[in-house]
Amino acid sequence: MSTPRPSGDPRGPAGPGGPPRRPVRPGGGPPGHALMMPAEKPKDFKGAFGRLIRMLKPEHTRIAAVLAFGVVSVTFAILGPKILGNATNVLLEGIISKRLPPGMTQAQAVALAKTTGQANYAKMLSTMHLHPGHGVDFGVLGRILLTLVVIFLASAAFGWLQQYIMAGVAQRTMYRLRQRLDEKLARLPLKYFDEHARGDILSRMTNDLDNISQSLQQSLTQLISAALTIIGVLIMMLTISLLLAAIALLAVPLSFVLTMIIAKRSQKQFAAQWKEMGDLDGHVEEMFTGHNVVKVFGRQQEAIDRFDEQNQQLYLASFKAQFISGMIQPVMNVVGNLSYVAIVVVGGLGVATGRISLGGVQAFIQYSRQFTMPITQTASIMNVLQSTAASAERVFELLDEPEEEPDVTEPVTLARTQGQITLSGVSFRYVPDTPLIEDLDLQVDAGATVAIVGPTGAGKTTLVNLLLRFYEIDRGSILIDGVDTRQMTRSALRRLFGMVLQDAWLFTGTIRDNIAYGREGAGDEEIRVAARAARVDHFTRALPQGYDTVLDEDATTVSQGERQLLTIARAFLVDPQILILDEATSSVDTRTEVLIQEAMAELMKDRTTFVIAHRLSTIRGADTILVMDHGRIIEQGTHEELLEAHGFYNELYTSQFLEPLAEDANGISQPAS
Amino acid sequence: MIRLLRQKLAPYSRQLTFVLALLLVQAVANLYLPTLNADIINNGVLKGDTNYILRVGGIMLGVTVLFAIASIIAVYWGAKIAMSFGRDIRGALFRKVESFSQAEVNHFGTPSLITRTTNDVQQVQMVVLMMVTVIISAPITAIGGIVLALRLDVPLSGVILAAVPVMGIFIGLVVRKAVPLFRAMQVKIDRINQVTRETLSGVRVIRAFDRTGYEERRFDEANVDLTQTTLRVTRMFALMIPTLTAILNLSMVAVMWFGSLRVANHGMQMGDLTAFLQYVMQILFAVVMATIMFVMVPRAAASSERIQQVLETEPTITDPGSPATGVPARGVVEFEDVEFRYPGAEEPVLTGITFTAQPGETTAIVGSTGSGKSTLINLIPRFYDVTAGSVRVDGVDVRQMERQNLWRRLGLVPQKAFLFSGTVASNLRQGNDDATDDELWRLLGIAQGREFVAEMTDQLEAPITQGGANVSGGQRQRLAIARALARRPQVFIFDDSFSALDFRTDALLRSALKRETADATVIIVAQRVGTIMHADRIIVLENGTIAGTGTHEELLATSDTYREIVASQLGEEHAS
Repeated sequence: MSTPRPSGDPRGPAGPGGPPRRPVRPGGGPPGHALMMPAEKPKDFKGAFGRLIRMLKPEHTRIAAVLAFGVVSVTFAILGPKILGNATNVLLEGIISKRLPPGMTQAQAVALAKTTGQANYAKMLSTMHLHPGHGVDFGVLGRILLTLVVIFLASAAFGWLQQYIMAGVAQRTMYRLRQRLDEKLARLPLKYFDEHARGDILSRMTNDLDNISQSLQQSLTQLISAALTIIGVLIMMLTISLLLAAIALLAVPLSFVLTMIIAKRSQKQFAAQWKEMGDLDGHVEEMFTGHNVVKVFGRQQEAIDRFDEQNQQLYLASFKAQFISGMIQPVMNVVGNLSYVAIVVVGGLGVATGRISLGGVQAFIQYSRQFTMPITQTASIMNVLQSTAASAERVFELLDEPEEEPDVTEPVTLARTQGQITLSGVSFRYVPDTPLIEDLDLQVDAGATVAIVGPTGAGKTTLVNLLLRFYEIDRGSILIDGVDTRQMTRSALRRLFGMVLQDAWLFTGTIRDNIAYGREGAGDEEIRVAARAARVDHFTRALPQGYDTVLDEDATTVSQGERQLLTIARAFLVDPQILILDEATSSVDTRTEVLIQEAMAELMKDRTTFVIAHRLSTIRGADTILVMDHGRIIEQGTHEELLEAHGFYNELYTSQFLEPLAEDANGISQPAS
Repeated sequence: MIRLLRQKLAPYSRQLTFVLALLLVQAVANLYLPTLNADIINNGVLKGDTNYILRVGGIMLGVTVLFAIASIIAVYWGAKIAMSFGRDIRGALFRKVESFSQAEVNHFGTPSLITRTTNDVQQVQMVVLMMVTVIISAPITAIGGIVLALRLDVPLSGVILAAVPVMGIFIGLVVRKAVPLFRAMQVKIDRINQVTRETLSGVRVIRAFDRTGYEERRFDEANVDLTQTTLRVTRMFALMIPTLTAILNLSMVAVMWFGSLRVANHGMQMGDLTAFLQYVMQILFAVVMATIMFVMVPRAAASSERIQQVLETEPTITDPGSPATGVPARGVVEFEDVEFRYPGAEEPVLTGITFTAQPGETTAIVGSTGSGKSTLINLIPRFYDVTAGSVRVDGVDVRQMERQNLWRRLGLVPQKAFLFSGTVASNLRQGNDDATDDELWRLLGIAQGREFVAEMTDQLEAPITQGGANVSGGQRQRLAIARALARRPQVFIFDDSFSALDFRTDALLRSALKRETADATVIIVAQRVGTIMHADRIIVLENGTIAGTGTHEELLATSDTYREIVASQLGEEHAS
């Protein structure tokens, strides 16, 4: 921008002519607040940031172009006011010259002024290029203004090019980073997912990436431009007047210190605001989720009272935060205006005494206005970069997580398995100090059924984790048809299995796609057959869109039981030799279940099956029952054998049919308090 | 959006007027500075009058201070108004949602209601803040600038009149293109988040089915799509600032050229030209600023629409005008020819439901998914109202009772055992504020929760996180049962409340419960036959109608549906 920035301007597009500034983000909160947000501090700013910069490497030629265009754009923008000042000088000289009689020399004019007692005026005249008698030289003025037009247009063009290229750089880099993260997820061991909250991983892949993306797009170019502008403006100011430059520079530390003081205070308030907001959001979420419970227990008034209290707290905190952060602009404006007044007065006196030209002062005023903005901006960008580095750190942390051990280089492939499984001397612990499975031997014949039973939380999925190599065993070996599972690739191993999990996992897509998930490229007819076998064909076709019905995450169109059926259809389609049913039917109830039971029996026929179930009728039919408690396999045998053993299984089994339990079961254990 | 603003800002109209006045002062002060600057040049610099320069310099300082005071007070009140506005809307929304019945909650969906009360309000609130501090000051500055410019030189003002529409058209074009793009971008961000969420939640299935490659393709599709759209948006905005800056700068050049002609022809003074340049700057700058802030408006408008929808929804279930009083609390629950259909549904969920549950009896309801079991239960506490027939508690139609009065009689254990953040004790005392610790331990004993609570470090004071996420499903259910017991209601309703318990605990719990609830009416919805086979009355629901009523033995003899259910769970020999 080539003229003084209006001092009343709020936070907004800043800086001189070409350089980019914080673009608009709809809903991204008020721009300029970056300075106020409590920035999360990275552990190692340099490390994380350096690595982020290295991510930009494939774009290095483009980045060089961004830098070069930035320099050109800023230079042109900075030259603008100076040239406009020249135009003012030409105009002023023309006006004064016209007032002087033609033929008079400049020296005569100065002398005349001196003799009439206008000493200052004389000094001013002596610095000018006067052509007494002639008016304004519009030829010269026109040329100057034409140069300006070219310079401004060039500055804009280069500024645009710079941002245009940077957009590509930033977005391509983000694309690569997202891709790397997604690929990383596929290589992480399951342990990682079990140990880390899903929300946390998700947040790294979304919020943190978004943060980095914003920063790449805006902050980097802004920082470059702001730095260039500060240097350029400083040079220009110094060439115009040392005295005025000194005055303008006085304002710099003042505005910097004031900004920092306010920012520090408001950060505290913003932190308080986020906290209150978190509390309130939590309360709202809780009360809305438990809507009916709140009502039936007559707690509505209490909920409203607590809400009002927290709402008031949030109001106070956010009011303070907004007020204090909102002060920064007025305060900066005051500093800006103070230096403006000082420059006008000192500059005016200088022009009057001929120490400086009017055009010079005019240009200077504009430069001084351009000076404070990039400084405030730099302070704010530094804050943004802090939080960017913190985000980058969290993303890199994920990228650096140890991966699954690579598959063997020369894997054995089983074309068609029989489904015979041998576990010999298998030991496994999730935590090194807590033994879970010790020296487990288990021989499962092809087509046999193994039932895994035990109370909730007994660790029944552990065995599944080991069979599918979600976790690696510590000792011993698991053989399928005599081949150690570690000699196969993980994907080849897993393709031998079909699985139905308790939380029926469906993804956003059509019912057809969800069933076909079991086998890529399955035809419509095959899908129908699988659906029919799983008893969902009828249900599906009753839906308005049939197999094209789109399921979404919280699909209300499909009940839990029906979701389960769809995952069963998926397993049917895979037609695997080995089946894993993880409490497969526990949430499909009664009537639906009858149908599933038949389907299951059909599915399990001639297949080696591991069932984790509560259903005793299923368990009784199993060839081997593994009884688990507290993560360990405590009993192993057939139904009859285990009943006779009068152990844990016996108790588990009989408790279902004893009602009400004998008096001893009624005995309530003594209070622990 | 305007309607919402008008409604909710009305109480602050006086403060708003005050802020407006302050902004006016601010704008005038701001515009006055270049005028003074012009005076310094015209009367001081060009005449070499240093005293004049100093004197006007002093006035400028005064104006600066006035400006500062005005802006700080404006920010103070602006922040206050905007934040109060947000607080009021949040309060209104929360109260509204609290008054909703299940039907309205379902209509919006709980997550959506939460977002509307939190994020959406935040959006609108920020725009209001921007409005009262920035957006309204733009037209004031622009109009003030134009007035001053016209006062200085009418012909030269033509440049402004030309520049403003050019800017306006350009901004309009960009906004028109950008807004749909932004919307598309949001959809694509949602999409990529969704794919990631699914990849995380389905990690076992994806690996078991060896579909990592497929998932990566799905992600890449979303990734490419998002990248392209974002690129288009950012490139469009890359055009915006340089173009606006160029228009601004070219206007300056034009003012300089035409102004020079005017000055040379003595139509205008030299200092006035300098001042004029600054006015042009401020006017056009105000326009740019307002535009940039205005980009927030479309999203806020969408948010306020979502807020309005909630505020304008009236709860379908309210207390009766003249409620029945003095109803004895006995616990008799009667259904008489009840029909229920969801709003707009073609088929009823329930039809012809008639039965009576008496104190001291256990009534169990079984049936397949979608047979209407939970719906039936929800009619008793009036989460929904019947569409025909009637539900009576202690002889009075539930619609004729004050809901608080009705709810006091009921002890509900919902299907999703929902706990509140706090402690074990604070959750149990939701049922009864006055229960002693001993009483709570006793209730935990009945609910088979004593053991695990005793194992917790803080016992009764053990923290419970939101929704009860830090205890297992089975523990949650047992705490919810203890909570209902604490209420000592006349009617217990267990909506599939034993599903997460293993058989052993289930059996122990039921036998302990039987003694505790001996005098109460117990209604149990369950999926396991073992849980309900000893009930006094079993109601078999099928497709929303009663397919059989009786004891276990009676139903085995009379109901095919029941026999099928039993056979599937206990094996053929128990079903015969």
